[in-house]
Amino acid sequence: THKMGETVDTLERCCVSLSVNPSRGLMDEKFIILVQKALPGFQLTIHASYHCEDGNSWEAFAHYTADAGGTVNVSQDTSLGGTYSGVEAMGLLWSLRPVPGSKPGLRLRKKNVQTPMEVTISVYQGHQTEGFVDQVPLASVLVERWYMAPGVCRIPITEEGLTATLFVPAGNGPFPGLLDLWGGGGPLVEYRAALLASHGIASLALNYLTPKTTMETGKMVDNQYFEKAYKFLQQHPQICDSRIAMLGLSLGSAFTLKMAVYSQVMKLRCVVCIGGSHVQPVDGSVEQVLGYMEKNSEKTRFTENNEMIWRDLLLPIPTDPSFKVDVGRLKCPLMLVVSEDDQNWPAPESAKDMKEMMERAGNSHLLTVLSYPNAGHLIEPPYTPHVRISMFRTVVMALWGGQMVEHSRAQEDAWKKILIFLRENLYDIKRNVRAEIKNTYFSSR
Amino acid sequence: MWSKCRWSTVMFSFLHRRSSVMSQTPPIVSVLPTRGLVDEKFKVLVENLPPGRPVTVRSLHHSDNGHYWEAFGFYTSDHRGTVNVSKDQSVGGTYTGKEPMGLLWSMCPVPGSHKGLRLRKLNMCSPMLVNISVHSGHEGFRDGAPLASVLVERWYMAPGVKRIDVQEKGLLYLFSPGPFPGILDLWGGGGGLVEYRSALLASHGFATMSLDYLSCGQPVFTYVETAFNFIKDHPQVIADRVGVVGLCLGSLPALYLAADSTVVKVVKQITSPLLLVSGCDDQNWPSFETAEDINQTMRAAGNDHLLSRLDYPDSGHLIEPPFSPHFRASTFVTTNKRKAMILWGGKTKPHSDAQEDSWRKILSFLQQHLCCSLNAKL
Repeated sequence: THKMGETVDTLERCCVSLSVNPSRGLMDEKFIILVQKALPGFQLTIHASYHCEDGNSWEAFAHYTADAGGTVNVSQDTSLGGTYSGVEAMGLLWSLRPVPGSKPGLRLRKKNVQTPMEVTISVYQGHQTEGFVDQVPLASVLVERWYMAPGVCRIPITEEGLTATLFVPAGNGPFPGLLDLWGGGGPLVEYRAALLASHGIASLALNYLTPKTTMETGKMVDNQYFEKAYKFLQQHPQICDSRIAMLGLSLGSAFTLKMAVYSQVMKLRCVVCIGGSHVQPVDGSVEQVLGYMEKNSEKTRFTENNEMIWRDLLLPIPTDPSFKVDVGRLKCPLMLVVSEDDQNWPAPESAKDMKEMMERAGNSHLLTVLSYPNAGHLIEPPYTPHVRISMFRTVVMALWGGQMVEHSRAQEDAWKKILIFLRENLYDIKRNVRAEIKNTYFSSR
Repeated sequence: MWSKCRWSTVMFSFLHRRSSVMSQTPPIVSVLPTRGLVDEKFKVLVENLPPGRPVTVRSLHHSDNGHYWEAFGFYTSDHRGTVNVSKDQSVGGTYTGKEPMGLLWSMCPVPGSHKGLRLRKLNMCSPMLVNISVHSGHEGFRDGAPLASVLVERWYMAPGVKRIDVQEKGLLYLFSPGPFPGILDLWGGGGGLVEYRSALLASHGFATMSLDYLSCGQPVFTYVETAFNFIKDHPQVIADRVGVVGLCLGSLPALYLAADSTVVKVVKQITSPLLLVSGCDDQNWPSFETAEDINQTMRAAGNDHLLSRLDYPDSGHLIEPPFSPHFRASTFVTTNKRKAMILWGGKTKPHSDAQEDSWRKILSFLQQHLCCSLNAKL
């Protein structure tokens, strides 16, 4: 029977102990994975498994050898191979990849932020690379990774014709506020706003491409839509009306920069743009900005696997000022997060041009540029997997660029610095911002 | 599903625009981890205060049975405007000195509460919610609204731990996939099914069953033996790795099982390793004297190599998992349904230290004897 015949296996299984601390953490918190009571020199594989809401499975694994004390500490020991190598405390999360046999072009994005991402961390005997699902692990723990800290409230917003979700931190407030704009990829994405609220910033994830009004009338929103979102934050009883920031990724950066410079209504405390550009018809609405890119779509290039490279659509950087947001007029601090292998937007070229514009205008002291070699377009909160390509709007395969290790380091570093930047500008913390984050040219060597 | 949003609204119901207050830049309070097991330590940090400012750091908890519990410490921010509860000294409040976990173990019912309350979590599947806030000043800190606050979850059940109702026998907490060493968990004379220690032991990798052995209507020792065998035979339990934990009255059946219950129970016939935990100021049971007596008996019988003892001066009867508040006395409903105030004994600080120290050593003892190491075997 099951119990009779397994004495030796049972002893071994009983021996090895596995712990992950914290077992419930925020998505951007580090954890410590510890294997103990193995035999000295014991070869083992640590495996991570995650089943997505969309039904796909992701896994990561790494090969270790227990030390003289029978211990493996993932934060200190070297992985000898697997989906990552070297000393990588969080490698089991950022090196997750779809299991063999999965559809191509998958991307790991949590839709429901009110439940945690549940990752199973297991230990297997020997250095293995496949067939984990058919084996019984020596030990296994379940780890929860949360976008929402305890007490954070999620509130869907439909007032004023807005389609958005507000995340309010725990506590009585008032809190600084933030307007969060995602890229052109699709439906409303909430997780970054949820995580920012977990760090004390009331954040509004705004759907500006497919809000209810557009779905019903077929008309895209105008620039006043962003101002309405800003005013909503200002008037909220738990948000401080004079401490509001804006953060945009990819296409969202375009509107973030436009509103930061030209809006008479929006008085932003600071602005963060990730993987974006200032190149657009400056008087244009959302529809016209998209139209401008459409017009240049013949500049699309293709990889040998037919993945689309869109970075040339906005190149070369125009000299005509009606096609570039005049960042020389910006009155608040701006942080640009730039990936040097961005195959989707010409972020490095745009950042260079913006720097020059601000130097000529005399406001370059407001600018901070974080630039990451070998990072791709999608700089997301840390410890989620890098995807070099994925399906874009379920229709085409887009090339984002980046190499896994450097991209993952970039995500971790950028997020830390974005949080410091936001905190210092939204809370007026008197610290030498320059000394902390400066113009960073991140070296992966 | 507990309602965190409603909690915020109930506790801080005076929401209105206070941009003028915000323009003075509020402090930031953070706790790591925000979600932890009840026996895990946390770090509480307050930042962005003006330097040299007296503040109170306070915890507040609304228990499952509707009472409010609080703890607080008086601090002064340093030159950087920071208060670090793990490193700084509290100069007053419900605890003093450098006490990283004082905001939990020194909790007491808020002013105006009934006498004799005891804090016990009833629902294991939801966390204990503790609000940690920072207030201006020391005495009179309650007069103003909190400057900032954060909500913390304290869990008895780790992710993946399952609570299974075992009909008529108790509750089995399992952590998949197994198999695991097993534990039979026996509470005291207060009766009922007390789950929290079992949940916590399961979170540490033991398949643990809590047993209500007082209202089962059977002879206690027979019933306990049946439960022990049930655990041993469970497919997710390693049959030769089962232990017993007993508190107070529950230690009697535990000793019985340790002495090989097929014979008449006498301490000198104990054949398994035994750990005795005693509070020397126990006003409910003569646990220290009992431990001394057991020690002498086993020494005379030649089996005292199996015995380990933990004796804690100034600790009371209820040595519970760490960071739970200490009660010197609480109300107790006797078997004939009369309410009495029972004195458990102990002084808060030594008792809390004893809880923390003994839990670590209990886990270590259980792991040592139930989770073998191959080295020891070879």
